[in-house]
Amino acid sequence: MSTRANHPLQKDFNGHAVRELATRMKQMDGPLLPILHAVNEQFGYVDERALPVIADVLNLTRAEVQGVVSFYHDFRRTPAGRHVVKICRAEACQAMGAERLIGDMETALGVKLGETRADGQITFEPVYCLGNCALSPAALIDGQLHGRLNAAAALALAGK
Amino acid sequence: MTLVITIPDDAAALSVGADEVAWAILSEISQRGLDAKLVRTGSRGLMWLEPLVEFATSEGRMGFGPVNVADVAGLFDDPAHEKSLGLVEDIPWLKSQQRLTFARCGITDPLSLADYQAHGGLEGLRRALQMAPPDIVQEVVDSGLRGRGGAGFPTGIKWRTVADTPADQKYIVCNADEGDSGTFADRMLMEGDPFLLLEGMVIAGVAVGASKGFIYIRSEYPHAISKMRRAMAAARDGGLLGPKILNSSFAFDLEIRVGAGAYICGEETSLLESLEGRRGQVRPKPPLPAIAGLFGQPTVINNVLSLAAAPTILAKGAAFYRDYGMGRSRGTMPIQLAGNVRHGGLIERAFGLSLREIIEDYGGGTFSGGPVRAAQVGGPLGAYWPPELFDTPFDYETFASKSGMIGHGGIVVFDDTVDMARQARFAMEFCALESCGKCTPCRIGSTRGAETIDRIIRGERPGENRALLRDLCEVLRDGSLCALGGLTPMPVLSALDHFPEDFDVS
Repeated sequence: MSTRANHPLQKDFNGHAVRELATRMKQMDGPLLPILHAVNEQFGYVDERALPVIADVLNLTRAEVQGVVSFYHDFRRTPAGRHVVKICRAEACQAMGAERLIGDMETALGVKLGETRADGQITFEPVYCLGNCALSPAALIDGQLHGRLNAAAALALAGK
Repeated sequence: MTLVITIPDDAAALSVGADEVAWAILSEISQRGLDAKLVRTGSRGLMWLEPLVEFATSEGRMGFGPVNVADVAGLFDDPAHEKSLGLVEDIPWLKSQQRLTFARCGITDPLSLADYQAHGGLEGLRRALQMAPPDIVQEVVDSGLRGRGGAGFPTGIKWRTVADTPADQKYIVCNADEGDSGTFADRMLMEGDPFLLLEGMVIAGVAVGASKGFIYIRSEYPHAISKMRRAMAAARDGGLLGPKILNSSFAFDLEIRVGAGAYICGEETSLLESLEGRRGQVRPKPPLPAIAGLFGQPTVINNVLSLAAAPTILAKGAAFYRDYGMGRSRGTMPIQLAGNVRHGGLIERAFGLSLREIIEDYGGGTFSGGPVRAAQVGGPLGAYWPPELFDTPFDYETFASKSGMIGHGGIVVFDDTVDMARQARFAMEFCALESCGKCTPCRIGSTRGAETIDRIIRGERPGENRALLRDLCEVLRDGSLCALGGLTPMPVLSALDHFPEDFDVS
């Protein structure tokens, strides 16, 4: 149970659930990404142990599945924190001071961009464009889009 | 008579509190016992006025914005409230536009097929169903429509190639992986008028003989994904999708697929790889996707705005659409004005408007109040323009002749605090982060480019390193497989050419 201690939110891995899910979706055209999205959503991340199960159901090599998982930014390899703050650092937000905002938030939240805080409460990560470029800077906080963000507002929203 | 009040549920409006305002409006309606209903629409695209609330009156829709919760009660008491904007249609910023693709956005209920048809929806498809498929393709060719995703390839020619390639199964793929910073027109359209995109895809399917489509939407747009899913269900119920399109003999259905945070999947062949369930690595061309695309079958792959232009072209005829624009850039372009700008949002106008008109007249200068120093046009791979070149008209060829591109139509404005060497470095860093790794110039060159710019910033042999950077940019431009590596030099070299003082630390 040591991994559980490292990641307080980690659910027990359930190989049967992954197999059932993959089997249900394998009839789709190009099923691998939808399956990985479903696993990512259901468990909060794509556990290493899910890869051989998915590979077996789809008749792929484990390396092929691994290659796809590692290619896309969205598929988490470890669980995220309780709150997820995705802050945009693309050009339109840069023009409105996103880099300074990120620095302020790193200090206030006590977590570096791209990391999860040690207590598992918050994951702070970059995103490249949320399509809210006329109301920059923007962030997606627990799935809610926010515009014209400043550090004070972002911290209040992230609920510390 | 029932009072109709509208407020967007577009993601941008939500990002500045539209839901809270909507709840306050509902509570006000119930407290006052009014005969009124609240309709959620898309956004009109006047983003600095969001949340924009509209009251329907006999003269038209009276607007208020930007509205916050504390304003709400006052809107019911005082038509001359300090947030009053008068008739929304008469706001000069909107009135001066030529909205064809965005004609309904912000006006109709995005999920009501009845509302869509009451505002001209499905006229294009109904006319297409009366025509021979090759005539539909010809209409799109004659309209002069070019791919709105960035490359500007004639859409009708793509359709004709697919139509002329025999196959049992053909596909229509909508590239809704709009990842360029400064662009949000695809998102606004999918959230504000999703049936228009569906109608465009069905027209494409009828024209080329494809019965199946996919919309590949980037995961960074959760609201658009949800709206498109609901619109698709409503379209099936309404007979716009299914085995008999509008009771004709044509069948067409589609699936929505969600991207997974890879910018490169906006490149068409990489998107097809991703749809097939692989790493989003670029495919060499030929074969063209029009001949061997998704699952090896002939595939129309078009951007959201290209497909969404088709219903207008079919409804009003090729000549109507072609009469807008200049040179070889025909029709209208939804321009997205963003970044450090006072009045940002969506400006749909015929090609030919100058950057100065867009940034100064529409934009009203910077949000910060400082002078405009640069504008990046066309996303992260587009050039940085100095104010001296702002008289350039918005047109594919003119922009290319000045080493720039209009791309997806996004314009990001920067004030005088911008450090152009840092922006150039970011372009290389972004390329390194998002490179698919297939070709060496992009995979390795981007990292070496960022390192070289770091040396210039640190003042290490700046002359030699600037020459090295130019040389490296040439290799990326000429040696990369796709536009990511091929165009990353554009922001870098434009920064170096137009803002050399930022690269000179001495």
